[in-house]
Amino acid sequence: MFRLLIGLIGVLILIAAAGCQGRPAPTDTPDPAAAPGVASAREPSSLVIYSGRSESLVGPVIEQFSQATGIETRVKYGSTSEIAATILEEGANSPADIFFAQDPGGLAAVESMLGRLPADVLNRVPAHFQSPDGRWVGLSGRARVVVYNTDRLSPADLPDDLRGFTDPKWRGRIGWPPTNASFQAMVTAMRVLWGEDETREWLEGIQANAPTVYPKNTPTVAAAGAGEIDVGFVNHYYLYRFLQEEGETFAARNAHLSGGGPGAVILVAGAGVLDGAQNTENATRFIEFMLSPVAQQYFASQTYEYPLVEGVQVNRLLTPLDEINSPQIDMADLGDLEGTLDLLRDTGILP
Amino acid sequence: MDTTAADILTRDVPRRGRRRPPLLLTLSASLVGAALLLPVLYLLIRTLDAGVDSLADILLRGRIAAIIIRTFVLVAIVSTASGALALALGWLIERTDLPGRRVWSVLTVLPLVIPSYIVAFLLISVFSPRGLLQRIAAEPLGIQEIPSLYGLPGAAIVLTLVSYPYPLLTVRAALRGSGRALEDASRTLGKGAWSTFFRVTLPQMRPALASGSLLVALYTISDFGGVSLLRYETFTWAIYVQYTSYVDRTAAAALALVLVGLAIFLFSIETTVQRRQQRDEIHRAELGGVESAPMPLGRWKYPAVALCSLTMLIALVIPMAVLLYWLVRGIGAGEELSAVWGPAANSALVSALAALTATIVALPVVVLAVRYPGRFSTVIDRSSHIGFALPGLVTALALVFFGARLVPILYQTHVMLVFAYIVLFLPLAIGPLRVSLLQVNPGMEEAGRTLGRRSLEVFRTITAPLLRPGILAGSALVFLSAMKELPATLLLSPLNFSSLATDVWAASSEAFFARAALPALLLVCVSAIPMIFLIGRMRHTQT
Repeated sequence: MFRLLIGLIGVLILIAAAGCQGRPAPTDTPDPAAAPGVASAREPSSLVIYSGRSESLVGPVIEQFSQATGIETRVKYGSTSEIAATILEEGANSPADIFFAQDPGGLAAVESMLGRLPADVLNRVPAHFQSPDGRWVGLSGRARVVVYNTDRLSPADLPDDLRGFTDPKWRGRIGWPPTNASFQAMVTAMRVLWGEDETREWLEGIQANAPTVYPKNTPTVAAAGAGEIDVGFVNHYYLYRFLQEEGETFAARNAHLSGGGPGAVILVAGAGVLDGAQNTENATRFIEFMLSPVAQQYFASQTYEYPLVEGVQVNRLLTPLDEINSPQIDMADLGDLEGTLDLLRDTGILP
Repeated sequence: MDTTAADILTRDVPRRGRRRPPLLLTLSASLVGAALLLPVLYLLIRTLDAGVDSLADILLRGRIAAIIIRTFVLVAIVSTASGALALALGWLIERTDLPGRRVWSVLTVLPLVIPSYIVAFLLISVFSPRGLLQRIAAEPLGIQEIPSLYGLPGAAIVLTLVSYPYPLLTVRAALRGSGRALEDASRTLGKGAWSTFFRVTLPQMRPALASGSLLVALYTISDFGGVSLLRYETFTWAIYVQYTSYVDRTAAAALALVLVGLAIFLFSIETTVQRRQQRDEIHRAELGGVESAPMPLGRWKYPAVALCSLTMLIALVIPMAVLLYWLVRGIGAGEELSAVWGPAANSALVSALAALTATIVALPVVVLAVRYPGRFSTVIDRSSHIGFALPGLVTALALVFFGARLVPILYQTHVMLVFAYIVLFLPLAIGPLRVSLLQVNPGMEEAGRTLGRRSLEVFRTITAPLLRPGILAGSALVFLSAMKELPATLLLSPLNFSSLATDVWAASSEAFFARAALPALLLVCVSAIPMIFLIGRMRHTQT
């Protein structure tokens, strides 16, 4: 057995050696003096993407980018907050060229490490879907909705806007994911639209109705479909995955609140280029590609999101954006996450 | 080499500090201990970023005290339940004529490989107040609502089901390694089966149970996936909220340091149990001992099989059945399913490397701790447990921090990933190994040295063969845990790397259930093969 162990250690070392060989990555070209143009000329066909969006959603469109441009992509997947924390811990040594995030909060967390994007890239989307100082840009849109159980409710039973859910008749019937970034962005929008005091009142009102707490959107929508809760505050596109998997019998649907307000706000997923990126040019091309009609059509048809550029068809299952009474709000106005978190902590919703 | 009960009972345990450990042993163990303290060093660096005021603010903020109490309640329940279940299953499999022992032997360890968030999600979809069971069984029977799984009961059930294999394998290694001479003697002296179990077998199992339950306790304080879905807020949940909501690494680090404190408290409980054991330790490992016939269960066979079946039903059969259902439903709906053989090979390779390396690395730590007990060896032993007690994400970020700065050449390579698994899972190799070594009579080693063999040679020819049950059990535990590991695999693996665990997560997090089912099922099936090998060999040590 001892000989077996020794043999296996040998194998281990060989593999370790192979592992080092197999990684010609950024650290192998440690030439900080080289101009970005020169660096990208040396490695014309490479791009390192850190994706906070799941491979099941964006893997195919990243593949399309590779095929269209001939740029070899190497991807690290994780949740947006995990990837953001990773980039921060790596600091200046980060191999990442681009951060593709699920929500603006994740991008804001690493904002100081992102470079400015060229104006012609930024301006492909409406101004309110860009970061305040041009460090990241929205790539696809998602609507905040109320998902409701169709066995218990019809859209007519729902209030005009989120204020209605503080009514005691909703006690024990609401589900929400307060640790979710999109939920928090909605609360930030609420503070912008309704002001601090009314937002606090609303949070306290919902708390008084003993909402069921879920860790993320997916289990919230599952619970609405199972009838564990009657309504949930989520992003719109999770529902369509459930309909795809479980068929039309899945007992939940989305409602866009008729009175608009923060419960109907449109949020974005986006991307930014890291300041110390080795492949800045390729990274910019990646963002350009994601804003091209091909990729925007992919988001519309495959991930059930809203395209952000003109002239791309919205998925027929979705309510078109112009039929949603969504409030005019800038992503730039949603920057004060800290204030929202303080409020959520104050009201005892977050630890 | 045969020892009689009389020899064993008259042996003394080496007293503290009687011999100095060989330099090589001290050096290698210190190196391991230092490497495994990296996460703590990282937490200190991060925490010191914050001023005293903001630290006080973080630690006094909100419901920290309440959350600590909730965490301990869960730890107490899960450790007790896992220990009891493991003892029952381990004893039935190792000592009785339980029908289908070989099959139970492999099946009972497999629940360990299913990630806790998947078990939780699957059990919720079946047992929740409006879940599958309610719809297909309870409603026709007129039962309006089955009791809720959420909160403490659900969290305790799920964590017990995914963590009882830790003490199970530790206990089985101990039962394997200890001969039946004393048990047989007890029976011969007219004691009944129960009396023998409680007065002879159980006391022998105490170190194994203590070791295994410590692993369960540490696992419980570090789990996030299961408790968050079952809505039982533990300390690790609070740490995760710092990351997910705030990307606040300072607050997360400060809280994680508190978690390290909780882990040290748990160590002290285990140490007390182990020390009491060592005082009246009886070393009884046998090589080629006479195999006595397994104890006939008689009529007790039925409840015994029922216990095994029920455990497997909830921990393995129901989850796998739901996964199969997702898969079939998805194929029916025309879901595109991609090949998962590449990720399966990746998973198996890195997990096997982790199991092998962890076993080798565990040896010096265990030998030092058991043969040369003292403050120094205890510190090394304990520090090697910290990585396992911390949430996977914290340990992963610590290694991102050091990896990207200190060894960029290894960062995001397989080497880094295997190193991360060792930092996370070394205690799983240490636990069963320690139990096995405690059973080896140091007298035999001394005899070897007296006969002129060198230490390393004595270890190779005498100690190592006796440690085999512990080595095999430990590598099985590390292998299964690495197979399902998520945060470190995501953050530290090479770019473009995917494993079964990352595939399951990528699909299930976005509600691609059919696509998640295939790698999840494969996770169980691929893991079963090395288990047959490892546990099969464990069974053969006495023949």
